[in-house]
Amino acid sequence: MIRVELPFHLRTLARVEREVTVDVAGPVTLGAVLDAVEERYPVLRGTIREHVTQKRRPFLRFYACEEDFSNVSPDTPLPGEVVSGKEPLSIIGAIAGG
Amino acid sequence: MSKVRVLVGTRKGAFVLTSDGKREKWDVGALQLGGWEIYHVKGSPADPNRIYASQSSGWFGQVIQRSDDGGKTWTPPGGGPTKTPDGMPQGESNKFVYEGEVGKHLWYDGTQHPWEFKRVWHLEPSLTDPDTVYAGVEDAALFRSADGGRTWKELPALRGAKGNLWQPGAGGMGLHTILLDKSNPNRIYVAISAAGVFRTDDAGKTWRPVTRGLKSAYELPDKSFEVGHCVHRIAMHPSRPNVLFMQKHWDVNRSDDGGENWHEVSGNLPSDFGFPIDVHAHEPNTVYVVPIKSDSEHYPPDAKLRVYRSRTGGDEWEALSKGLPQSDCYVNVLRDAMAVDTLDKCGIYFGTTGGQVYASNDAGDNWKPIVRDLPPVLSVEVQTLP
Repeated sequence: MIRVELPFHLRTLARVEREVTVDVAGPVTLGAVLDAVEERYPVLRGTIREHVTQKRRPFLRFYACEEDFSNVSPDTPLPGEVVSGKEPLSIIGAIAGG
Repeated sequence: MSKVRVLVGTRKGAFVLTSDGKREKWDVGALQLGGWEIYHVKGSPADPNRIYASQSSGWFGQVIQRSDDGGKTWTPPGGGPTKTPDGMPQGESNKFVYEGEVGKHLWYDGTQHPWEFKRVWHLEPSLTDPDTVYAGVEDAALFRSADGGRTWKELPALRGAKGNLWQPGAGGMGLHTILLDKSNPNRIYVAISAAGVFRTDDAGKTWRPVTRGLKSAYELPDKSFEVGHCVHRIAMHPSRPNVLFMQKHWDVNRSDDGGENWHEVSGNLPSDFGFPIDVHAHEPNTVYVVPIKSDSEHYPPDAKLRVYRSRTGGDEWEALSKGLPQSDCYVNVLRDAMAVDTLDKCGIYFGTTGGQVYASNDAGDNWKPIVRDLPPVLSVEVQTLP
């Protein structure tokens, strides 16, 4: 069970609490977890990653275990603490609004 | 007794304002979709309880919301073959993907730049089918949903109408106006910032610019240019669909032949710059604009908020100021932020960047604020209910 922390506006959009859990079959990579989140909460498609290109939206960031996963390949494995459920993958709205 | 529902989109959410047919006492509903920019909210003429909203955010992109109960509750209509075990809708309703080769338009430096979807500026529900709705988007293109907003498909021929020559203005290259012709379902007009007005007579299969007669001396020294006119808004009266009124970047214009030819009707306006323009519900020759000082000074002339009304289809304008602030007023009224109801004494409504929504229940003679302290108002639409 992978824990994923969502920013406020995506929680209200998906009508969930701060943290959701998803199952990932196979290697727990960044891309696999985001795929699972979108599969479980399809209303979030396009709000975290662009449609078609699947690129991270510019003002979102991905963190886990105090590491920045924002600019890594989707195939990048997430830390063991995330795989075990001890720590969440955090999706954060960047503090950039002017 | 009739009722009126005013749908307000703001920088931080949507509001539904309601009143009876007298339009004297108003109920300001709770903030909905809070924290998101709501560029436009519009109800279906075929089913007034069906309302569409464009919800967007610089962080999270575009979402389409739909209400089937007159704006009480909202759901992204979703799409796709299944729902999740929890009953959540599938997430295709925020997917706006240009058809085929994305193509390129003119960029600020004169080079060609690929089309990039940014947001939905305007939603125009079909006049007859609650499940059909058009979306005008930035970068300018027209999309259509025939399944209640679940999925969207571009009408790509529009961008073929010299789209390579369209160039964004400072406010972005948005398709902001969609006019459906009640008498001819195949005819649609759209207007695009800094590109112009375009018309189809075959339900979107082909389009052409209809801008002859427009003068944009600063932007387009060559008068023969068909595209590049910064059209802010166009309006028509449903009973007279060949007559169009336009608020352009500078000057107010009129066409009497479905956009084929335009002529200026700014007349005695104190400034011919502005954004919204609308037509009285029962008097096709009565037109409303809100003059703004200039393109560099987006506030009313002399700091007095005045709506101007022409009862002659342009050229002769009278200031309407009773009940509106006549000193120290520096708000703007955006292009989608004015609307009319269809009650006997036509009601006129507009919202400001200062968060006020003003209403007149006597065709503009007298005004009152319905509400004063909303977030900046992006759009105002009105539904007249039985």
